[in-house]
Amino acid sequence: MAEVLVYVDHVDGAVRKPTLELLTLARRIGEPVAVHLGPHADEAAKVLAEHGAVKVLAADAPEFAEYLVAPKVDALQAAYDAVSPAAVLLPSSAEGKEIGARLAVRIGSGIITDAVDLEAGAEGPVATQSVFAASYTTKSRITKGTPVITVKPNSAAPEAAPAAGTVEQLAVTVADSSKGTKIVSRTPRESTGRPELTEAAIVVSGGRGVNGAENFPVIEALADSLGAAVGASRAAVDAGWYPHTNQVGQTGKSVSPQLYIAAGISGAIQHRAGMQTSKTIVAINKDEEAPIFELVDYGVVGDLFDVVPALTDEVKTRKG
Amino acid sequence: MSLRIVVCVKYVPDATGDRHFAEDLTVDRDDVDGLLSELDEYAVEQALQIKEAADDAEITVLTVGPEDANDALRKALSMGADKAVHVEDDDLHGTDALGTSLVLAKAIEKTGYDLVVCGMASTDGTMGVLPALLAERLNVPQVTQLSEVSVDGGKVTGRRDGDTASEQLEAALPAVVSVTDQSGEARYPSFKGIMAAKKKPVESLDLEDLEIEADEVGLEGAWTKVEDAAERPARTAGTIVKDEGEGGKQLAEFLAGQKFI
Repeated sequence: MAEVLVYVDHVDGAVRKPTLELLTLARRIGEPVAVHLGPHADEAAKVLAEHGAVKVLAADAPEFAEYLVAPKVDALQAAYDAVSPAAVLLPSSAEGKEIGARLAVRIGSGIITDAVDLEAGAEGPVATQSVFAASYTTKSRITKGTPVITVKPNSAAPEAAPAAGTVEQLAVTVADSSKGTKIVSRTPRESTGRPELTEAAIVVSGGRGVNGAENFPVIEALADSLGAAVGASRAAVDAGWYPHTNQVGQTGKSVSPQLYIAAGISGAIQHRAGMQTSKTIVAINKDEEAPIFELVDYGVVGDLFDVVPALTDEVKTRKG
Repeated sequence: MSLRIVVCVKYVPDATGDRHFAEDLTVDRDDVDGLLSELDEYAVEQALQIKEAADDAEITVLTVGPEDANDALRKALSMGADKAVHVEDDDLHGTDALGTSLVLAKAIEKTGYDLVVCGMASTDGTMGVLPALLAERLNVPQVTQLSEVSVDGGKVTGRRDGDTASEQLEAALPAVVSVTDQSGEARYPSFKGIMAAKKKPVESLDLEDLEIEADEVGLEGAWTKVEDAAERPARTAGTIVKDEGEGGKQLAEFLAGQKFI
């Protein structure tokens, strides 16, 4: 069976969930071979093997942390040369897309980004994408070279499928031309203890209606009761009420959780572009004419400062 | 020596319009108004600020697209860019991201550059890969997804805010930069700027000028193929209730029914 390269997204060996989703999708088109760059490959390999990786190609070099993106492209290209895969899958993060794009140029292949599903086709893998603020669903394939495809988080449920997951060291030479962009310093983001926005199964977002940074704890309390991530609309971010890293929308993050709760968000096209593929959508808004209500599975016309705390209490009670 | 800045911009269908696909599954540009991609306005703004901080700099704004794409160039010129290059050729219809990066790279090399500035993504395709593709093709550093950028002493520095960390980056020129919508609000063209833009030079290039064969680009030359595009079925109308004191409870009931609680 053809091998499929899966680029591993991890934080110090802790494999992030989108990679497990990639392994699940990779099994539809071949045998997953994981590429782990950086430290703690052995820890990562256990999880990768549980989810179907027949092999883990591991490389660690200081250049991965010292320079932006390009050294990782060198490494992925080395893996590509070693395996001659049927496809290369990466997570649709900013970095995943950049690595995939540069690899595609080098190997003379096409690239598809932000796939939300993947299946085997007669002429190679077929990727489903959701475009134009999710008003269209397209199916595309790559016509030249080895398909390079990046996949959005929450596109598949990770499935366990034990495989060998043998770790093999990958020899990587980082080209001098790949050391152009120096990472001078790195400040880790402070953990909120909440799930990462793009990966979360439930997202609770606040918008203009939250009316001030001091009121966001109302949104956070609901999120915490549900084990959810917190999002914010552009209006709330531009007003300085919540960090940009939490912005959901066209110029922020695109999310497709199982459940999306929009509180005090009117639902401008900008916001819809980032959340319209959510499986279940719930909105709370004072304005019954708000366009967000066109999207909802369940909507409450009412003051979020009444409805959200009542919902939070009810969730806590029911969860005991 | 003058700092040569090239800003890549895209003419995109207005997202507030009814965007759809044409019969050949390319984006239908006839039925919806186009405009300069909002995210490229941030790139133009940062280029202007870099120019203002430099002793001597010149900004060329570059686009690949049909005749109407001229509108995007005019907008950038009215904001303050000095001149424009428009790559226009019937054979470009249906060109994908890899093809576009090839055309842009050739045009950038022909124009001459020290710094290329791009938006983080277009507002139509939203792939966000073009800056990386350009860096790879031009074989220069990529300094991308910056929320802060500055150029000094032949170096570009900037801050990249990622999911797990915020990084301070540095590269020697020439380089490709992309900026996010956090880099700073884009200025509005002044009346004077709009009038001045009409007199600024717009150079037109075609594939022959760039020594690109027709079969390397366009729908036929694309590295990817859209096989099907279906309009998403309208959502079935959801349940909407008015909060008369029980809204939170009713919502909890719904969420419990859906097994979220």
